[in-house]
Amino acid sequence: MWTTILIASGACFVLKWLGGVIPREWLEKPVVGHITKLLPIALLVALVTVQTFAHGKTLTVDARVPALAVSVVALKLKAPFIVVVVIASITAAVLRHFGSFS
Amino acid sequence: MTAQSGPESWEHSRRVIVRNALSIGLAVATYGVSFGALGTTSGLTVAQTCALSILMFTGGSQFALVSTLAAGGSGIAGIAAATLLGTRNAAYAMRLTPILNSSGFTKLVASQLTIDESTAMALAQDENAFEGRASRLGFWSTGLSVFVLWNLATLLGALAATTIGDPKTFGLDAAIASGLFALVWPQIKTKTHVVVAIGAALIALATTPILSPGLPVLAASVIAFVFGYAQRNEPT
Repeated sequence: MWTTILIASGACFVLKWLGGVIPREWLEKPVVGHITKLLPIALLVALVTVQTFAHGKTLTVDARVPALAVSVVALKLKAPFIVVVVIASITAAVLRHFGSFS
Repeated sequence: MTAQSGPESWEHSRRVIVRNALSIGLAVATYGVSFGALGTTSGLTVAQTCALSILMFTGGSQFALVSTLAAGGSGIAGIAAATLLGTRNAAYAMRLTPILNSSGFTKLVASQLTIDESTAMALAQDENAFEGRASRLGFWSTGLSVFVLWNLATLLGALAATTIGDPKTFGLDAAIASGLFALVWPQIKTKTHVVVAIGAALIALATTPILSPGLPVLAASVIAFVFGYAQRNEPT
């Protein structure tokens, strides 16, 4: 078990490290620059999407969806980060408490 | 976000960034408790569970490894799942390199702290604000806050071998998703960004029923390659 843990952790660290040691000149190539700037946007948006709609391999609409919708409205109104996060969690918690959503 | 609300003092921005880093750390930590409990109930010792949170420190990969083992998968399958999900951190590290500008031991620490939350918080700041200090503080404060709280929470969950209530009851799953969304929001500045964001969301939705959890996020990266390549003749 320890071997598995150490190999897997080592591999994850190497990935984090590798991305950071790519030579500057290479990162400054326009095609690489454009891709690296777009990648975090694509990855983070996709992550938020699955965190909101996925339940394992099933797509569901539950309390997370109205919670995200409320936070979009809050963002539009230029609410501070902490407000966005708190109202999202309150929305989901309240909807679940009253059984409207799972 | 701080970066958008006009000229502000560094003192004020600094306080806001650190407060945001702590709040995202707290929300994420509730899942650290779940991870700790999952680890020990899946047959790992408390030390092994805690070692994963310290050494691997990337939630998606940690859950993937432990779930694979718990489902009777081999060590190799677990390592493969964890590594595959860890590849997105390499993309984050590439993006963060010019912002963090770190070297030596600091660079090794920065590598370990390169995760969704720290990257999102760094990129949510205006890269040029306060000579890049806002972005760097976003990264370091979030990375350290999540690291400390995630590890404490793992230990707590591993020892108690039970989640202290389901984080969902308090809507914390929605809090994390909204928090990350709030951090991506200021990064979406051009029409291309909007198209990439919508495309990524659609790919993630379309592939969720067919791919193992975690992979739809990686699949969505295709859109960044396509649009990045399409822009290859434009200056960065």
